[in-house]
Amino acid sequence: MYDSGKIIIGLLLFFGLIASPIWYNLASGKGSYKPDIKIVTTEKQCVAPTPYMRTSHMDLVYSWRDLVVRENHRSYNSFTGRQYDMSLTGTCLNCHSNKTEFCDKCHSFVGEAPFCWDCHVVPKEGN
Amino acid sequence: MDRRGFIRLTGMTSVVGLLGKPILNAAGLLRPGEALTNKPPIVGKRWAMVIDTRKCLEKEGCRDCINACHHIHNVPEFDNAKDEIKWIWKEKYEQAFPEQENEYIEDGLKEKSVLVLCNHCDNPPCVRVCPTQATWKREDGIVMMDWHRCIGCRYCMAACPYGSRSFNWRDPRPFIKEIVTDFPTRTRGVVEKCTFCEERLAKGLIPACVEACPEKALIFGDLEDPQSELRELLRVHFSFRRKTNLGTQPELYYIV
Amino acid sequence: MLEKALIGDKKYWSWILFLMAVMAVGFFFYLRQLTYGLGITGLSRDVTWGFYIAQFTFLVGVAASAVMVVLPYYLHNFKIFGKSTILGEFLAISAVTMCMLFILIDLGQPMRALNMVLHPSPKSVLFWDMIVLNGYLLLNVVISHVTLDAERKSIAPPSWIKPVIILSIPWAISIHTVTAFIYSGLGSRPFWFTAILTPRFLASAFASGPALLILLVFIIKKLTKYDPGREPVQKLAVIVTYAMALNIFFVLLEVFTAFYSGNPEHMTSFQYLFVGLDHHSRLVPWIWTSVILGIGALVLLINPRTRKNDILLIMACLSVFISIWIDKGIGMVVAGFIPSPLGHITEYWPTLPESLITLSIYAFGLLLVTIFYKIALSVREETSA
Repeated sequence: MYDSGKIIIGLLLFFGLIASPIWYNLASGKGSYKPDIKIVTTEKQCVAPTPYMRTSHMDLVYSWRDLVVRENHRSYNSFTGRQYDMSLTGTCLNCHSNKTEFCDKCHSFVGEAPFCWDCHVVPKEGN
Repeated sequence: MDRRGFIRLTGMTSVVGLLGKPILNAAGLLRPGEALTNKPPIVGKRWAMVIDTRKCLEKEGCRDCINACHHIHNVPEFDNAKDEIKWIWKEKYEQAFPEQENEYIEDGLKEKSVLVLCNHCDNPPCVRVCPTQATWKREDGIVMMDWHRCIGCRYCMAACPYGSRSFNWRDPRPFIKEIVTDFPTRTRGVVEKCTFCEERLAKGLIPACVEACPEKALIFGDLEDPQSELRELLRVHFSFRRKTNLGTQPELYYIV
Repeated sequence: MLEKALIGDKKYWSWILFLMAVMAVGFFFYLRQLTYGLGITGLSRDVTWGFYIAQFTFLVGVAASAVMVVLPYYLHNFKIFGKSTILGEFLAISAVTMCMLFILIDLGQPMRALNMVLHPSPKSVLFWDMIVLNGYLLLNVVISHVTLDAERKSIAPPSWIKPVIILSIPWAISIHTVTAFIYSGLGSRPFWFTAILTPRFLASAFASGPALLILLVFIIKKLTKYDPGREPVQKLAVIVTYAMALNIFFVLLEVFTAFYSGNPEHMTSFQYLFVGLDHHSRLVPWIWTSVILGIGALVLLINPRTRKNDILLIMACLSVFISIWIDKGIGMVVAGFIPSPLGHITEYWPTLPESLITLSIYAFGLLLVTIFYKIALSVREETSA
C-alpha cells in the first residue's frame, strides 16, 4: 500500500475527531448522565406491562394507529382485561398528562423527534 | 415486534397473570367499530347522503354545516385561494352540475349555490390511483384517508372529478382559528378531504354537518337499509348525482 | 473508468464548477421548500401539478429516445450507429435520474417516498412507473458499463449483454407508455383522457430526444477531437423529421375530434392554450411559439437540402427541442387542470424558487451527461491512439 503511514494517521485523526462528543462527555463525567423523568400518572398500571412499554411503546402506538385509522378498531383490551380507547391524545396523554416531562425529556436525550406532534394536538399540560 | 406479536403477548400475559378473569375476546380486540363511549357506534353497510337543496336554500348565506365541519376537523382558513383547504363548501349550481346546463332553468336557481363535498364514490378514482393506499374505500363505503401514509404526490387530486380534495401547501396550524384537541391537524405536504365523520360514527354520533343543519337539508344514512330515511327520501323525490357519466358511482344524492 | 472524469482542462473544470454552483443555488431553495412546503411553488388547489411533473414527463421522453439509436443498430444491423449507442444510453441514464429527482421534489412528504415500496399498489399507474423507470435505469447502467468496458479492453462485449440490450428496446417504449397512462387514465381530465396521448408522447419523445442528441454531437465535435461522422447525424435527422411530422399530425387529430364534435369538455383546454379562456391567456404566447418553432423546424427538416446543411439542421433541432419542451414541459400538464372540475379557471406560473430548483436539476443532469460523455470519449481516444 502506498503511503500507508499517512493513511493510518489520517484515519485515526478522522475517527478521533468524529467521535469527539464521546470523548468530551467521558472527560467531563457526563457519560453517565441519564434524564431524570418524573412519571406522573393518574393510573397505577399502563395499558401493557411497564418493561414492554419502556422498550416498545412506539410499536404499540404504531399498531394502535393502524388499527384505528385503517381497520376501524377503536378499543384495546389490555392484559389486565381492562379496555382502552386506542387514542394517543385521548388515552396516552390523558394519563401521562405532562408531555414535556414524560415524552420529551427522554426523546430529546436520545435525539429522537417523533413526528406524532406534527398533527396530533397536545392537550393542555397537567403536572 | 409486530402488531400481531404484541397482541399475542398481551393476550398471553392476561391468561397467565390474571387467571380466571374473563377475557373479552381472544384477539384482545373488540369488533370493528365497537367503541368505548356511552353510545354504541353507528354502523352501516353503504353510507350515503342526501342533500335537499330546497331546504338548504331556505336560509340565504347559511354556513352552519361548513363551520361545524371545519371547526371540529381543524380545517385551516387561508385568506387566499391558492392555499385553500375545504372539506364541504358551496358551489354555484351550474358549476356543481355542469351536465345540467340549462339556460332557461327555474328562476333564481342558476345563481344559487349548492353544497359539495367528497362523494364517497363506490368506484373512487382517487383510490385507484393512490400509490401507497393512503386513501381507500372502507367496507361501509367511506373513502378514507390515512394522513400518516400520504406522500403528497397529489395524483388523487388529479383523478377526482369533483375537486373534493385539498392539499396542505404549507403548515396549516397557524391558520386554524381555534385548534380542537381531540382531532389531529394535518401537516404540510399531505392531501385531505371529508371522511364522513368516521371518527364520530365510531362514537355513535352522526356526521357534524348533518347535526349542524337546522333545516335538516342533509340526511345521512345506509343505502342498503330499505327502511332508512335516506331510502325513503330517494323513493319519493327525484334526485340526481354529480357526473355519473364517469362511472364513479357517487353516493351523494341531490334533491332539487 | 470513473477516474477519466477527473482529468480535464480548465474549460472542463470551469463548466463543472458552474453546474455545481447552479445546483447549490437550487439546493438552497429546495431546503426552503422542505421547511415551507410546496406552497413555495405556483401550484394551487386547482392546478396541483406543474413545472416539476411536466419536466419529469418531458424527460421521460428524452430518456426513452435512446432507443432510436439502439434499435437501428441492434435490430437492423445499422452499423453507422455503432459508435453512437453509448451516447444515447448515457443520455438515457442522465434523463431518467432527472425524472426521478423531479418526482421526488414534487412530493409533499419526500421522506415518506419509500411508502411506495412498503405499500405497493399495483392499481396505481405511479407504481408501475416507478418499476419501469428504475428498471430502465438499471438496464442502461449495465449495458453502457459492459459495452464501454469491452471497448476499452478492445474485446467484443460478452454475449449475454445482447439479449439485455434487446430487452431495453421495448422497455424504453414502456417508460413513456406508462408515463402517458398516468394522464390518459383519468376520466376526470378530458384534456388528457384520450387514447392518442400515448402515441403523441412517443412521437414527441422520438423527435425531441434525437434532436438533443444531434445537438450534443455537434457540441462534442466542436469541443473534442471526436467525430462520429456526418452519416449518423443525418440518419438521426431523418428520425427527428418523421417523429416530428407524426407529433404534429397527432395534435391535429386531437384538435379535429374536439372541435368537430363540439364537445365542450374537450374543447376548453385547447381554447385555454391557443386563444385563452375568459381573459385568462398566460400560456397563449408560449403555445404559439411552440407551434411556430415546430412547423418551422418541420419545414427545414423535410426539405433534404436544408436538412443537409449543418447550420440549418442545428437550428431545426433546437426548434424541435424548444417546441416540444414548451408543449410538454409547460402546456400539456397545466392545461389539463384548466378549467378545474368545477369549471373554475386558476392560472399557473412557476415561481422563482420553483424555477431555480428546476434549473438545478437540469444542471445536475447536464453534469451527469458531461461526466459520462467525458468518460466515453476518453475511452475512445485511448483505444484509437
